[in-house]
Amino acid sequence: MSEPRPDELIRKMEHKPHQKGWMDTPVNIRKGMYCYASNPKSVEYLGLPNARAWNPLDVDWKLPPDWQEIIHKGFRERLDKFRSFKIFMDVCVRCGACADKCHFFIGTGDPKNMPVLRAELLRSVYRNDFTIAGKILGKIAGAREMTIDVLKEWWYYLFQCTECRRCSVFCPYGIDTAEITIMGRELLNLLGLNIDWIATPVANCYRTGNHLGIQPHAYKDMLDFFVEDIEEVTGVKVEPSFNRKGADILFITPSGDVFADPGTYTAMGYLILFHYLKDMGLDITWSTYASEGGNFGFFTSHETMKRLNKKMYAEAKRLGVKWILGGECGHMWRVINQYMDTMNGPADFLEAPVSPITGTKFENARSTKMVHIAEFMADLIKHKKLKLDPSRNDHLKVTYHDSCNPARGMGILEEPRYVINNVCNHFYEMPSNTIREQTFCCGSGAGLNAGENIELRMAGGFPRANAVKHVHQKYGVNMLACICAVDRAALPPLMDYWVPEVGVTGLTELVANALIVPGEAERTTDLRGEELQGKEEAEDA
Amino acid sequence: MLKEKRIFNKKLVIAGLIIFIGVITFPFWFNHAKVVAPPEVKLTEKAKEAKECVLPDKVKMRGNHMQLLDMWRDTVVRDGNRKYIGTNGKEYEMSLSNTCLDCHSNKADFCDKCHEYASVNPYCWDCHIDNPKETKNNETQ
Amino acid sequence: MNINYLASLIAVIVLFLLVYVGVEAAGLRYFFGVLLPYLAVIIFIIGFVKKIVGWAKTPVPFRIPTTCGQQETLSWIKPAKIDNPTTGSGVFVRMLLEILCFRSLFRNTKMELREGDKLSYEWEKWLWLFALAFHYSFLTVLLRHLRFFLEPVPGCVKFLESIDGFLQIGLPGIMISGIILLAALLFLLLRRILIPQIKYISLASDYFPLFLIIGIAITGILMRYFTRVDIAGIKELTIGLVTFHPTVPDGGIGGLFYVHLFFVSVLIAYFPFSKLMHLGGIFMSPTRNLTTDTRATRHINPWNYDVKVHTYEEYEEEFREKMIGAGLPVEKES
Repeated sequence: MSEPRPDELIRKMEHKPHQKGWMDTPVNIRKGMYCYASNPKSVEYLGLPNARAWNPLDVDWKLPPDWQEIIHKGFRERLDKFRSFKIFMDVCVRCGACADKCHFFIGTGDPKNMPVLRAELLRSVYRNDFTIAGKILGKIAGAREMTIDVLKEWWYYLFQCTECRRCSVFCPYGIDTAEITIMGRELLNLLGLNIDWIATPVANCYRTGNHLGIQPHAYKDMLDFFVEDIEEVTGVKVEPSFNRKGADILFITPSGDVFADPGTYTAMGYLILFHYLKDMGLDITWSTYASEGGNFGFFTSHETMKRLNKKMYAEAKRLGVKWILGGECGHMWRVINQYMDTMNGPADFLEAPVSPITGTKFENARSTKMVHIAEFMADLIKHKKLKLDPSRNDHLKVTYHDSCNPARGMGILEEPRYVINNVCNHFYEMPSNTIREQTFCCGSGAGLNAGENIELRMAGGFPRANAVKHVHQKYGVNMLACICAVDRAALPPLMDYWVPEVGVTGLTELVANALIVPGEAERTTDLRGEELQGKEEAEDA
Repeated sequence: MLKEKRIFNKKLVIAGLIIFIGVITFPFWFNHAKVVAPPEVKLTEKAKEAKECVLPDKVKMRGNHMQLLDMWRDTVVRDGNRKYIGTNGKEYEMSLSNTCLDCHSNKADFCDKCHEYASVNPYCWDCHIDNPKETKNNETQ
Repeated sequence: MNINYLASLIAVIVLFLLVYVGVEAAGLRYFFGVLLPYLAVIIFIIGFVKKIVGWAKTPVPFRIPTTCGQQETLSWIKPAKIDNPTTGSGVFVRMLLEILCFRSLFRNTKMELREGDKLSYEWEKWLWLFALAFHYSFLTVLLRHLRFFLEPVPGCVKFLESIDGFLQIGLPGIMISGIILLAALLFLLLRRILIPQIKYISLASDYFPLFLIIGIAITGILMRYFTRVDIAGIKELTIGLVTFHPTVPDGGIGGLFYVHLFFVSVLIAYFPFSKLMHLGGIFMSPTRNLTTDTRATRHINPWNYDVKVHTYEEYEEEFREKMIGAGLPVEKES
């Protein structure tokens, strides 16, 4: 598939709506913008409905004959279960404040990517099925019947939303399109209309414990690989432990970091950090069963999210740990912060987390019993427990991308900045309208990080890339830090496309680069094997 | 399907609703459902005798007397003209104190009745206090 | 011109003709002056309560506030107490600012693509400003109208009138709230008609209340400043309504008044079934009215149910040989 060049993509961003009304503009499922349909094997493995091979480009989506009835019932059930959904269906005034806040609208110019219209796709059916005005006045009241074309439109646009919640920050009533997308995707899943980039990771995670389907022995192999790499760079041999009963802390991070660059360097960072803290009293274990922090079930349905998430507490209980430490991940932390305790708690078999090194009690996590690695590291640095040489990151001019979910579904904004400022000498913020709670999505979240929808991803990531480009040109920024595994997978191609010469890193990688580990050999390269500034000349001389 | 059907956050929701309904129905309970008689203006003997006023009927008078007085004020102050020909063809002196209040000398029972009822606060009375006759003298002051 | 815009305008014109002909030709003064207003108030109260109770009967299964600032984490990191509130008082202030100052809307920015490929986001204050102007001037106008419904008229209503009319221009003195109301309404209407994106998302149900309230404002302004009405007569009718001794005075209060009253009746009867319910919805929005201490205090989902999980035992059963081979600890050796 040939993707459009950046300048071609920009020319497409007209932001001019169609002449006809949106209800009269049929959906055009276009290559490069959609993800492949779910593999029936994955759907079947999870016991989800209507597993069959289908193709979004086909006219016939092989739906069950009573599909309209299923949607109608599912809609009603969700209206009864979620106050958010009910209120968000009722109160929107269509003021349009959300319209140009969405990275997909900015990047594609497609008016149906305005959050308000994405929600209207569902609202129109809601009015038709559940309101008096809609039943009497029909189209005039903004109502329309659920037809196969409407269904296809739902599918196309609900998989062009990354549930990043940026629109919700600006909405005067707090209407959260993520919530609407979540409900819409649940309804689509009742008909077996998932995308494969979600369905298969979910099935993998269910079976093997992680999205990539890495089996326990292979998972250990991969970490052993990192152990060798670390020894090469630092001269220190780290010794991670797995599924170890009686450890104090269970560590869970997204499996993406075990699998692909540059996340792997973040995974190496964890290993180095844990090794460093070992003598200071850190007793931590990895798990192969709960080897996934991320939760693509979240992009399928609340129930699927719960089924995957349940493993975290189950494994913590089985191993008898005191609390859980979570790695760098975006939506994983939204799930942990806002859903896990409610769904699968109370975790009364765990203890309120206390840092074994500093003695800090993480009061803010006393019920969930799960601490974010950025909090954990910031606390260590504050207590001067880490010996750091920030000049080892001098070859990097760093900016920080707030990942959507930790920003707007949690609020972990200062810790990463504090850590970066302590491990790097060159840190530059992007413009204020593009960071913190106003941060822009990478364009590939919520399960959209596939290969076949590359045009959508590049367009959706445009606002983020544009802000990076700004600091790249202004300050020479060459490294984009983040605390999300999907970011680490999605941002490198995005940078290659829009701002070549900017790399992507996790927070812990930067820490590990700066961390002076006892007994280490003098480092001449960073974890990526790139020469450190100053060392090069020294060697030449 | 959700089995349980109850109001969640019941206290807050009910309290909120009661306050809201209390506020929007405020006029209904403020007046205690008592009969409020419309104001009845009293005519002085002099007014009754005169039988007619500067405008032809009561309705016109009620709706338009303020414009008339406004026009009178402008004409008197700017042009020095005090002659007004009423719709009945009669000539009147344009003067609130000397003409209007001459007949309707009972401000409290005439003017104020409606003004208070409709919550109107004309600033006529800032200067024209309660019916002192205007004289050439205090006019020039 | 599009169908949504046109349909709403026609609807309001039809309503106008209905009441005008009804009163002037058919003499249905009691119907439009007494029966309909009562009916509208009843519909409003029942509809409003039903809607709110309907929402309240739906649980909030998860605590999902949108966090717009630093979470309360480590003691030395300053939390955003309002934008990421962990306490009830923080939520209270957040809601207060949201409801009284439209805080989220205040953040509004306008995106523009400049110099070919540079995105810029400019603070866009007009929507916020006019939205605020509209709501507060409407509230002021509403409160001023209490003079028609209360006897004696309380001092605070008179005070409000004196502030509202402080310019002391014209006769009767101009009330600023009425002018601001109409200006804000026109702004809100024009942006729907002129900005292509907003026009694209606007439904008939967005135009209808605008036209209706514009109709209310215009008829009110016409009565006060231009055609004149006998306000003592109007008060006789309005106070009669709220004291449950309805009367329809004859003469002096013409068709225009009945149009005004009818439009208001339509608006309040329409209210509970429309987007205007954002008045109640804002109080109950789960992304704003909940605390964010979700890791510190457990939120209960009333319909939480058990799900099928792939247990560790099943997992080990499948991979035991490989685990043993790799030296990973297992529960059962074979």
